[in-house]
Amino acid sequence: MTDALVEIRDLVKTYGSGDTETRVLRGLNLRLDHGELAALLGPSGSGKSTLLTILGTLMQPTSGSHVMLGQDLTAADDRALTDFRNRHIGFVFQFHNLLPDFTALENVIFPTAVREGRETAAARARGRDLLGRMGLADRVDFPSTNLSGGQKQRVAVARALMNRPELVLADEPTGNLDRASASQVMDLIGQINRDEGTTFLISTHDEKIAATCRRQIVVGDGVVTG
Amino acid sequence: MLYAFKIATRYLTASKAQTSLLVVGVAVGVFIFIFMSALIGGLAEFIISSTVGDISHVTIEAVADVPAILPFIADNPPGPVLTIQQEAGTADVQMRSTEAFIPLIEALPGVVAVSSQVNGPGFITRGAQVLQVSVIGLEPGKESAILDLDGYIIAGTARLDSGSVVIGKTLAEDLKISLGQTVRVKSADGVEAVLTLSGIFEIGQGGADRATAYVSRATARNLFAMPQGVTRIEIKLTDLYDADTVALRVQALTGLEAKSWTDQAAQLLDALNAQAQVGYILKTFAMITIVIGVSSALLLSTYRRRPEIGIMRAMGAARWFVLVVFVSQGALIGLMGGLLGSAFGYLALLGFPTREEFVPGDLPIDIRQGAYGMAIVLTALGAIAASILPARSAARVDPVTAIGQ
Repeated sequence: MTDALVEIRDLVKTYGSGDTETRVLRGLNLRLDHGELAALLGPSGSGKSTLLTILGTLMQPTSGSHVMLGQDLTAADDRALTDFRNRHIGFVFQFHNLLPDFTALENVIFPTAVREGRETAAARARGRDLLGRMGLADRVDFPSTNLSGGQKQRVAVARALMNRPELVLADEPTGNLDRASASQVMDLIGQINRDEGTTFLISTHDEKIAATCRRQIVVGDGVVTG
Repeated sequence: MLYAFKIATRYLTASKAQTSLLVVGVAVGVFIFIFMSALIGGLAEFIISSTVGDISHVTIEAVADVPAILPFIADNPPGPVLTIQQEAGTADVQMRSTEAFIPLIEALPGVVAVSSQVNGPGFITRGAQVLQVSVIGLEPGKESAILDLDGYIIAGTARLDSGSVVIGKTLAEDLKISLGQTVRVKSADGVEAVLTLSGIFEIGQGGADRATAYVSRATARNLFAMPQGVTRIEIKLTDLYDADTVALRVQALTGLEAKSWTDQAAQLLDALNAQAQVGYILKTFAMITIVIGVSSALLLSTYRRRPEIGIMRAMGAARWFVLVVFVSQGALIGLMGGLLGSAFGYLALLGFPTREEFVPGDLPIDIRQGAYGMAIVLTALGAIAASILPARSAARVDPVTAIGQ
């Protein structure tokens, strides 16, 4: 058995306290291996988003263990988690969440620039390359606000890949796109997963999108049910 | 740090109208700061120059000796004796051997000029008209050493020679005398001299213009029968606020009692201090306005950009990075507002007469006292301080909540 990329054990997350306490994750266990392309399925309120947030180190669990690349992330402080996130995790959000006052290229190279403290030539070259692979070579210097929804989401995918992360977390990446754009984005994700071995965990309600992934993880009532 | 600065610049240029308004708002505050500095500074200088600027900053006056009781009466009283000790008049009171001190006083740091004078009361006579005057005997060539007599001359010259006299405009009108005509000047001792009117001055002070006659020191020596010594030494300083210190030094150096102008001008100093305090308060209010304006604008910007801050944090931007982005915006706004306000202030103040061109009735604004550098530095620092609260708020943004907005 190979080393897991991510291993989660007995993960619990509760919000609020006392009478208002809500337990969203109830001892969830999950393992993700290198190079996986997995869909995360489940009804609303099942804990998908909370799980993604914890996997993305944007939130700490109430209890349980969260290990990625051999590091116990539940014990890390904010500074360490921010650095870890920057180096090893990419995000694709449902509403692309690009920085509106920046060009497509500036958005893509942000994760590298923020780490290095400046926009290097190497980062620009990789950013251009990624945008070219996304079919956006002619949109490099476009303000992000001037791009279509599908183009914005492809820029977001390029940004998620900028620092060559081992794990990309995608929360409903096609939820806001038409069928053609959604298909285009999923094709790109599949291609990168095959070519570079990047692990993708895609949260979705769409059975067709889930079917394009090699693994389906179903979450229900705060635990993995399938 | 460089990249955070770039993002700050991008945020400012992305909202050009908002940023422009903010910078103009800061510039107005800086303009008020500069205008108040120039006005308060100019006003203080005007008051000082018109009250203290033309007077002696440190003065040594001859002190009358206590008259001795005649030894015969003191030692052998013929019976009950009533003695009256009458102090001598000013003209009889003199300082001997002062000439040796003058070079020493002139060599003291901060001393601009030293004027040794022979002064005393006298009468000026023309025809049947006799008027009481204060006779001031000045050294030739030093007529304008303390009082800028030359600057107040409206006719003739301030230069004094042994046969000339310079009097005030009111006195000249009272005597109905014009340049080149003669008057008789008589001391309280009864010595009389016939002098030619060589100059008429107008200081604007009733007493000086009506009852002062300037003569050469040699003439004054004759009038007051004082072949040597002087009655008064006046010292002018570069910085009049050094007067107390210089007075003490002069006293230590000469053994003579030296008085600072501040001894007789406590009320003036209080007024100047009060005026300076008012200036500080107004300038502080201007700075507070700038700080509140910048802080509130950046707080709004922070709120508006919460989702973006969340994205940046999710992409690996540390809290300090977000902090620097917003503090940099504050610093840039402060710097731009400071520079713009200073430029406006300077250009606006150019319209006012300079101190040299200033005439009574003008607003006494001194463009050189605009405190431009201080305004820019204080504004930049104030804006940075103002941005800390919004920046801290931005740095604390929870990315999960912010991205979900």
